[in-house]
Amino acid sequence: MAKIELKNVKKSYGAVDVIKGIDLTIEKGEFMVFVGPSGCGKSTLLRLISGLEEISSGDMLFDNDRVNNVLPSQRGIAMVFQSYALYPHMSVYDNMAFGMKLAKASPEAMKKRVMEAAKLLQIDHLLDRLPKQLSGGQRQRVAIGRAIVRDPRVFLFDEPLSNLDAALRVQTRLEIAKLHHSMTDVTMIYVTHDQVEAMTLADRIAVLRDGRLEQVGSPAELYERPNSIFVAGFIGSPKMNFLTGKFASDHGCATLGIRSEHIDVVEGGLWTGEIVHAEDLGSDNYLFVEVGSDEPMIVRREGKLTMKVGDTVSLSPKAGQLHKFDQNGKPIR
Amino acid sequence: MTGNKLLKSVAFYALVVVIVLFSIFPFYYAIVTSFATGTALFEANYFPKAFDWANYKAVLGGATFPRNILNSVFVATTTVVLALFLAVTASYALARVRFRGRGLLLMTILAVSMFPQIAVLAGLFELITYLGLFNSPFALILSYTIFTLPFTVWVLTTFMRDLPVEIEEAAIVDGATPWIIITKVFLPLLWPALVTTGLLAFIGAWNEFLFALTFTSSEVTRTVPVAIALLSGASQQEIPWGPIMAASVIVTVPLIILVLIFQRKIVAGLTAGGVKG
Repeated sequence: MAKIELKNVKKSYGAVDVIKGIDLTIEKGEFMVFVGPSGCGKSTLLRLISGLEEISSGDMLFDNDRVNNVLPSQRGIAMVFQSYALYPHMSVYDNMAFGMKLAKASPEAMKKRVMEAAKLLQIDHLLDRLPKQLSGGQRQRVAIGRAIVRDPRVFLFDEPLSNLDAALRVQTRLEIAKLHHSMTDVTMIYVTHDQVEAMTLADRIAVLRDGRLEQVGSPAELYERPNSIFVAGFIGSPKMNFLTGKFASDHGCATLGIRSEHIDVVEGGLWTGEIVHAEDLGSDNYLFVEVGSDEPMIVRREGKLTMKVGDTVSLSPKAGQLHKFDQNGKPIR
Repeated sequence: MTGNKLLKSVAFYALVVVIVLFSIFPFYYAIVTSFATGTALFEANYFPKAFDWANYKAVLGGATFPRNILNSVFVATTTVVLALFLAVTASYALARVRFRGRGLLLMTILAVSMFPQIAVLAGLFELITYLGLFNSPFALILSYTIFTLPFTVWVLTTFMRDLPVEIEEAAIVDGATPWIIITKVFLPLLWPALVTTGLLAFIGAWNEFLFALTFTSSEVTRTVPVAIALLSGASQQEIPWGPIMAASVIVTVPLIILVLIFQRKIVAGLTAGGVKG
C-alpha cells in the first residue's frame, strides 16, 4: 500500500558508518529482498525503514510523506523478527491482539481481525496456547499473524526463516510467498543472507555490500547480468566459477566468470583437467575439475554421476554465457 | 558394592540432618523457650515440657506490641512497594536506554550500597529531622529505601538486560510506550526477580534495628525489633526471656509464611518460548 523512497540515507554509530548513502525506491505492492553477507548493513537498513533506528542523514518517504521522525507504530509497518519475539506470558490470541488493544480497538473488531489472520495461517486452533507450547514453525506463523493483524502498509521481515530447520524453512517460505500473492497491495521488505530465499521470493532484489547498494534488479536480471564480480559471486548456487590470469586474458578481461551449468563436457574443449571431487545429488551432479586456475572449476550436469574422481575431462563454455569483468570488478559488455 | 552405596547415602543424610539441625536449632530453642515460664526458663530443655501460652498472652496483650507489629508491616510493605517501583523504572533506563554516564551511574549506585549504616547514620539523622520525619514511620521508609534500592536496582537491571531486545522492539512496533512496555510486557517477565528482590527488601526492612532505634523515640512508633529489644521485665534486673522469645516467634512466622508462599511463585524459565530457545 505504500511506496517507499530512500534518498541518500545514511546511518552511523559514532564514527562507524554502517549505511553509506542509499537511494532506493520500493514500489507499492512490491516484494523487495535485501540480501548480502553478514555485516553489510541489510538488517540496519530494515530497522531504519521500521523506525526502530533513526537515520543519521537523508530522507525517507512513505507515499511521499517524510517519515524521518515518525514513530514505528505510526508508520503503518509490521515486523517479523528472526527470533519470533512473541510475548512469552501472553496467549497466541493476546499476542496477535496486543497492537489493536493498545490502539483501543473494539473487542469485536479485534476478535474478527485476529480470527481472520489465524484462519489464513491455519493457527486458529492454537489461539489459547502460550508461545512456549508451540513448535518453531508455529511460533513464526504466530509472529506473521501478529503482523497481519496490524493491517500494515509495509511488511518487514528480518531473516524470519533463519531459526527454522530446512524442511520448515521451505514450507514457511511458501506461505510467505502465498501471503504476498493474497495481499497484493502490501509492500513487503525481506532481509536474508540466503540467496535462495532471495531468488525464490523477490520481485526485486537489492544486493548490499559494506553499507552500499551493489545492484538492484529482478532475480533474473541479477543472475544473468550481474553488475559486478561481487553480485555474480553472491547470486547463484553453486557459486559462479571465476578464472584469472591467462584464462581471462585469453578473452580480453581481468576476470572471467562462468556459471557451473553453462559448462559442457566435450571432446577437445577449451579447458582440460582432472576431476578432484564429485557430488551426486541424484537429479544433478557436480564435478570439481582442476583446470589450473586458483580453485577447481565446478561443473553442474544433469542426471546421475557417470564419471569418477581421477578422470580427466575436457570442458567448454556454452556460447554467450561468459561473464567478463575488468580490473575493478565491473562487467565488460 | 551395595554396602558401600548404603554407607554413602547414610553419610549423605546424616550430613543433611546435621546441617538442618544447625540452622534450625536456634529458632527451635526460641520456640521451646517461648512456651516456658518461671524457673523452667533457666533449665536447658530440648523438648517443651508444657505448652503455656502465657508469654504470648503477655506480649500480645501488652500496651504497644500489636501496634509495633502494625508499624513493621506498614514500614516493610511500603518500603518494598516504593523500592520496587523506583527500581523497575530505574533499571529499565539503566538496562535499555543508552545515555552518557550510564556505567558511572551504575557504579555509583553500587558504591552507595557499600556504606556501612553507621557511617551515614548521623547525616541521615540530620536529613530526617530537617524533613520533619523524626519519630514517624516515613523516616524508616526513607532510610530503608535508600539502603534497599542499590541492590534492587542492580538485580533488576541484570534481569532486564537479559530480556530479549526483540520483544521490546515488537512492542514498540505494536505502539507501546515505555510505560506500557514496562508494565505490560516486562513486569510479567520479571516476576521471579521482583518476588526475590521484594522478599529480600521486606526481610531487610522487617529485621532492621539500628535506624529503627535511632529514628523513633516513642513506644507507639517503634517497629518490632526495637520493641523486642526494649521489652522490660518487672524489675531492672529481670530480663523477660519468655516474652522476648514469644515476640521473636511471632515476628518470624510472617516471614516464613511469606517465603513459603512466594517460593511457589518463583517460576523459573517464564521467558521460555518467546524467543528461540
